[in-house]
Amino acid sequence: MNINLTLIGQAISFAIFVWFCMKFVWPPLTSALEERRKKIADGLSAAELGQQALEKAKEEVGIKLADAKSEAKNIISMAEKRQGDILDEANTKASEEAQKKLRLAEQEVEQLSMKLKESLKKDVSKLVIEGAEMILKKEIDKKAHDKAIQDLVTKI
Amino acid sequence: MAAGAQTSSEYIKHHLTNLTFGKDPSDGVWKLAETAQDAQEMGFYAIHLDSMGWSIGLGFIFIFLFSFVAKKASTGVPAGLQNAIEMIIEFIDTNVKDTFSHTNKLIAPMALTAFMWVLLMNLMDLVPVDWVPQLATFIGANFFGMDPHHVYFKIVPTTDPNVTMGMSLSVFFLALFYSIKNKGVGGFVGELTLHPFSSKNIFIKLILIPINLFLEGVALLAKPISHGLRLFGNLYAGEMIFILIALLPLYAQWTLSVPWAIFHILVIVLQAFIFMVLMVVYMNMAHDTGEH
Repeated sequence: MNINLTLIGQAISFAIFVWFCMKFVWPPLTSALEERRKKIADGLSAAELGQQALEKAKEEVGIKLADAKSEAKNIISMAEKRQGDILDEANTKASEEAQKKLRLAEQEVEQLSMKLKESLKKDVSKLVIEGAEMILKKEIDKKAHDKAIQDLVTKI
Repeated sequence: MAAGAQTSSEYIKHHLTNLTFGKDPSDGVWKLAETAQDAQEMGFYAIHLDSMGWSIGLGFIFIFLFSFVAKKASTGVPAGLQNAIEMIIEFIDTNVKDTFSHTNKLIAPMALTAFMWVLLMNLMDLVPVDWVPQLATFIGANFFGMDPHHVYFKIVPTTDPNVTMGMSLSVFFLALFYSIKNKGVGGFVGELTLHPFSSKNIFIKLILIPINLFLEGVALLAKPISHGLRLFGNLYAGEMIFILIALLPLYAQWTLSVPWAIFHILVIVLQAFIFMVLMVVYMNMAHDTGEH
């Protein structure tokens, strides 16, 4: 237990070891630790961001889905309405057409009946004249008779 | 306890003597001390080759291990050795941050060095007490032609007060340096002379100065001495008990040496930790400029 030069030797070697540790051991290890801590923190925050994005995306999906649903409903109701309209239109068109055709037919019928009447008139008057000629074979003043027939024709 | 004709007290004394290389006072020649008496007579101009050798060797183990890991420290998932060393670094870093409230890039590496170095030196205490000294005796006697009874070899550097005091005095002078640097000469002298007793009256103040100086001076000087001797005393006592246990008959030694060794693991780590914490505390006091 003698105090001697070992004391100073030890102090010198302590100083050298401390210097070496300060220069080459401590900084790289602590910076590695710090960097890893940062990496982990970054990773965690990135994960959190991802989680948030996912949540947001889910929300957006919900909103879009709801939008799409309501739009689809709109489209369906519009289509239904349009279907009704088209049916109505078709109905009115069809009935109009039918009326038009009816009217045309009526007109045709009328014209035909007029023509028939006319020809009937002519035939009847001819018949009457022939009948009268047959009856009045004898002397008949043609002119006077024509006049009479003409009168008859107009009367008919 | 192989050295044959030794008595118990000779055995103990042999184990507690360092391998001393110094200046023989009678003829002024530098040589190895042949007896404990010789070593004592050499006085200050001697060096303990075993303490220096083991402490520097262990210091290099620490330095190489740590710088090896530091060189290829990855920021990814740490494996094996790097993980263990990072645990130690973080442990030291937390302790220093808790205790040391100023910024000084020297403190944490110094605390790490002190902790690891003292821990490794203390760990040598767990090596069975006779192994290395017997080996040294064998080598000394066969290769250097020394008298086997004169080959002294202590392998636990922290059981040498020179080693512990060398470190604690380094810390003490560093603390003095930082005290004066941070507080100025006036501040430092004021700290020594105006506390703990103080008065508003200038005359009473002057009278109190020597009393304060005495009290603070004792407190100041007690720090490095208690710092170094605490470590030395604990390890010396532990070593002494191992030596005493080694005196028991061979078949009975394990009943005491095993429990003591297990308990000693705690002492080893605890003393290294205390040494490191005290060092940081003293450095913190040297940086404290505020009034207490």
